[in-house]
Amino acid sequence: MRLVAVLLVFLAGCATAPRQPPLEPIAWPDDSLAVQLQVLNRVSWGANRSSAAEIARLGTGGWLAAQLQPGSASLPPEIQARIDEMSISRRSLVDLGAELENRRLALQKAAADERKAERQAFNEDLQRLAREAQTRMLLRALYSPNQLEDQLTWFWLNHFNVFQYKGPLRALVADYEERAIRPHVLGRFRELLGATARHPAMLIYLDNARNSAGRINENYARELMELHTLGVDGGYTQADVEALARILTGWSLDLASGELARFYPRRHDYSDKLFLGRTVKGSGARELDVALDMLAQHPATARFVSRKLAMFFVADEPGDALVARMSQSFLDTSGDIPSVLRTMFASPEFRASLGTKFKDPLHYALSALRLVLDERALPDAQPVIGALARMGEPLYARATPDGYPLTRADWASPGQLATRFEIARGVAYRVPVRIWDAPLGALSDTTRGTLAQASSPQEWNLLLLSSPEFMVR
Amino acid sequence: MNRRSFLASLPLLYAGRLFAAPAAPARFLLVFLRGGYDAANVLVPLSSSYYYDTRPNIAIPRSAALPVNSDWGLHPALAESLHPLYTRGEAAFIAFAGTHDTSRSHFETQDSIELGQPQGTRSYASGFMNRLAAELGGRGAISFTNQLPVTFRGTAQVANVALNIAARPGVDERQSRLIAQMYAGSALGTQVAEGFAARDAVMRDLGEEMIAANRNAVTARAFEKQAQRVAKLMRSDYRLGFVDVGGWDTHVGEGGAQGTLATRLDELGRGLAALCNAMGDAWRDTVVLVVSEFGRTFRENGNRGTDHGHGTVYWALGGGVRGGRVAGEQVRVARDTLFQDRDYPVLNEYRALLGGLFARVYGLDNEALARIFPGAAPKDLALV
Repeated sequence: MRLVAVLLVFLAGCATAPRQPPLEPIAWPDDSLAVQLQVLNRVSWGANRSSAAEIARLGTGGWLAAQLQPGSASLPPEIQARIDEMSISRRSLVDLGAELENRRLALQKAAADERKAERQAFNEDLQRLAREAQTRMLLRALYSPNQLEDQLTWFWLNHFNVFQYKGPLRALVADYEERAIRPHVLGRFRELLGATARHPAMLIYLDNARNSAGRINENYARELMELHTLGVDGGYTQADVEALARILTGWSLDLASGELARFYPRRHDYSDKLFLGRTVKGSGARELDVALDMLAQHPATARFVSRKLAMFFVADEPGDALVARMSQSFLDTSGDIPSVLRTMFASPEFRASLGTKFKDPLHYALSALRLVLDERALPDAQPVIGALARMGEPLYARATPDGYPLTRADWASPGQLATRFEIARGVAYRVPVRIWDAPLGALSDTTRGTLAQASSPQEWNLLLLSSPEFMVR
Repeated sequence: MNRRSFLASLPLLYAGRLFAAPAAPARFLLVFLRGGYDAANVLVPLSSSYYYDTRPNIAIPRSAALPVNSDWGLHPALAESLHPLYTRGEAAFIAFAGTHDTSRSHFETQDSIELGQPQGTRSYASGFMNRLAAELGGRGAISFTNQLPVTFRGTAQVANVALNIAARPGVDERQSRLIAQMYAGSALGTQVAEGFAARDAVMRDLGEEMIAANRNAVTARAFEKQAQRVAKLMRSDYRLGFVDVGGWDTHVGEGGAQGTLATRLDELGRGLAALCNAMGDAWRDTVVLVVSEFGRTFRENGNRGTDHGHGTVYWALGGGVRGGRVAGEQVRVARDTLFQDRDYPVLNEYRALLGGLFARVYGLDNEALARIFPGAAPKDLALV
C-alpha cells in the first residue's frame, strides 16, 4: 500500500504537457547602449560591464530571447567551486532530511537539560545549511549569465513563500529552491504549483502535513487560492476553502524515512467535494491534481499571476490592458511562463516603463554589488546577508505567506532610505576608484553638482550609490 | 531638525479637550498583533460551557484564569504584566471588536483595518493613522517598523525606524547633507530628510544604550527591549506611533495555559509593561491600543490549534484609560451567538470605536472624525 502511494506521488509529479514551440524573437528598434543598460537594469539584477558587453553582442531582442530560453547556467569556475563545496550541493534532501529528522527525534526524547552539546550542534547545522542556501542564491544572482531565470527564481520563491525559521525549514529551503522552484521558473505555472504543493517545505510551512480527515486544517487551502492562484478577489468562498482543505487531506511527509512527500490514504477524506462549482469525486491522492488543474486553468489565476509578474517587471500599478494581454497568453498556452513574459517584454508598456521601477532592498543591494564587483568574486556573503536583514528583506525569511511586497510605497519610507544610504556607504568605501556610472543613465544637474563636491573616490561612490538615479531600475 | 523644539513651538495645534494633561500633547500608540491572535484564549469566556465543550485540549481552565469579572478571565501568562495594569484600572478590554470584512484573509483584513475606509472602497494611498496625523498638524508621527505600514501611508509625513536592528551611523553629517541635497525638491525629498531626522532622534534618545545592546544576540526579550525604546522616543520626540508584533497565527499546537500562545503572550505582556514603566509621567496622557486583524475559530481545529475567525478583543491601556472593565457591546457566549456558527461576532466595529476614542483623546469634532473615518458614526465607549 505504501509503495503504491509513493509511486502515485512520483507519477503525479511527472505530469507534463508538450512544450511550446520556440518563441518569436522580439523586434527592438531602438537598440542604443543607453536602452540596453536600462533593459539590463530591469531584466537582470543590475547592469555591469560584462553584462553590457553581452547585450551589445546579441542585441536587445537577441539577449531577451536567450534569457527566455536559456541553456544551463555556467558560472565562473571559482564561484561554481564554492557552490559545489556546500553540503546542500553534496547531499540530497532525502539523505540529509532523514539524518536531521532522526537527530531531532532523538533529542526530543531526551530531557530538556540533557544533551546540550548535541542540541547546540543540531542548531548550528541548521544555521549552516540556511547560510549556504543564502550564499548560493547571492552568488548566482551576482554571477549567473541567466539573469532572468535567476530573478524569476526569487520571484517565484517569493510567490510561493516559505519561512526558514518554521520547524526544520532551514534544512529544506535550499532543496525547495533547487527542485520545486528553479527548474520550473521558465516552464509552466502548473509545474510550479504541483512541485510546491508536494515539497516538504510547503507541506510543513502551511500545515498541510497535519491536515487530515476529521482534523481539518485549512491553512494551505486558503493560501493556495488567495496567494498562489486565484487571488483574494478570485471568486472563491469560505465553502471552497473548506472543500479544498478536505481534498488536500492526507498529503504529508515522512522525513525520517526519507519520504519528502507522502500520501496517507487513511488520513484522507474520501467524501465527494463541491469545489468551485464542480464535484470532485472522493478518490484519494489524485484529487490533488484535479484541484490543481482547476486552479491553474482558472482565468482568475491567469489574471492574478500576470498582474504580479507585471508588478515585478513593469510597474507598481500595471495597466489593465497589459495584464489582459498577458492573461490571454497565459490561457492560450496553458500557463507557459516564457510566453507570458514575451508578451510583456514586447509591449509598449514595458519599454515606456524602463528606469521607473523603485528598487526593493534586494535589487538595490545586488545592483550595487554587481556594479562594483562585476566579474570579481564576492569575498564573503555574510555582510550582504546582514545588509538584507537590516533593510528588511532577508532571503527565505519573510514570515508570512504573502511574500515581500513589490511596490515603491512599500520600500521608499524614511527609515528605509536612511538605512539604504548606510548600506551604500558599506559598499562604496571598499572601492578605491570611481564606479562606472553609465548604468545610471543621464545624471541630473543636481546629482552631478553634488558628486563634484565629493572629497574622495570613496565618497563619490557613496553619493553615486545614494543618488536618486540609482534607486530605480 | 530638532524635533523637541519644533514640537514645543506647536502647542496650540493640540488645543481641545485633552483628557489628562491639557498642556501636553496626548500620545497614541497602535500595537498591531499580526496573524490574528486567539482572543478567546486571552480574554477567556469563563461562564461559557460551550467554550469548554469545544476546546477540549486548549481551553484555559477556570482555575488557571486570572480574575477579570464574573464572565471573563485573563490568560495566566499575563499575570505579571497586563493583569496588574487591569487591576490598577489602567487597562480595558473591548470584546467582540473587529471589522465587517469577512474574507478571513490575514492580508486583506489587515489592509482594510489599516486603511480604515468604508466597506467596499479601497485606496492604498491613505491609511487612517496618516489621516489622524494630518488632523493633528501633520508632524510627530513615527512607525517603529522596518517598512512604513499601510495605515501610515498618505499625505502627512511619517518617519519610520526599525528598533530591533541598529548601528551607529556611518554616513556623517556632511555626507547626509550632500545626499539630502540630491533629493531636495524631488518626490523623495521629504522622506530622505525625515529619515535623517529620525536617525538623529534615535541616536539622541537611545544612542549608547542601543549600540551596547546591539552587541548581544537577539533574545526572547526582544520585544521588551524594543518597547522600552518605543517609550523613550514617544516620551521625547514623537506622539503618534505604530508598532507590530507577529507570530499569532496558531493553526497548530497552540497550547493552553502553557505552550506557544502563552509564550508569545508572556513576551508581549512584558513588553507592554516595560513600555508603561519607561513612559514615566507621560503614561498619564498615553493611550496604547492593541488590535489584531481577526479572532480565530471558536472551536479548536484538528491540530490543537485554531483557524481564521472573525470577532476579536482589543485592549486599551494607559494612565488615563478608564480601565478595570470590559467595554463595549457584549453578548452571551454560546453556540447560537457565534457568527456563521464558527466565530465571535463583531458588535463593536473598529472604525466607530476608534472614532469615539479619538474624539475623547484629541477633542476632534465630527467633521474631523469624518475625514479620518469617512462614513462611520463615532461610537463612544468612554475609554478615557
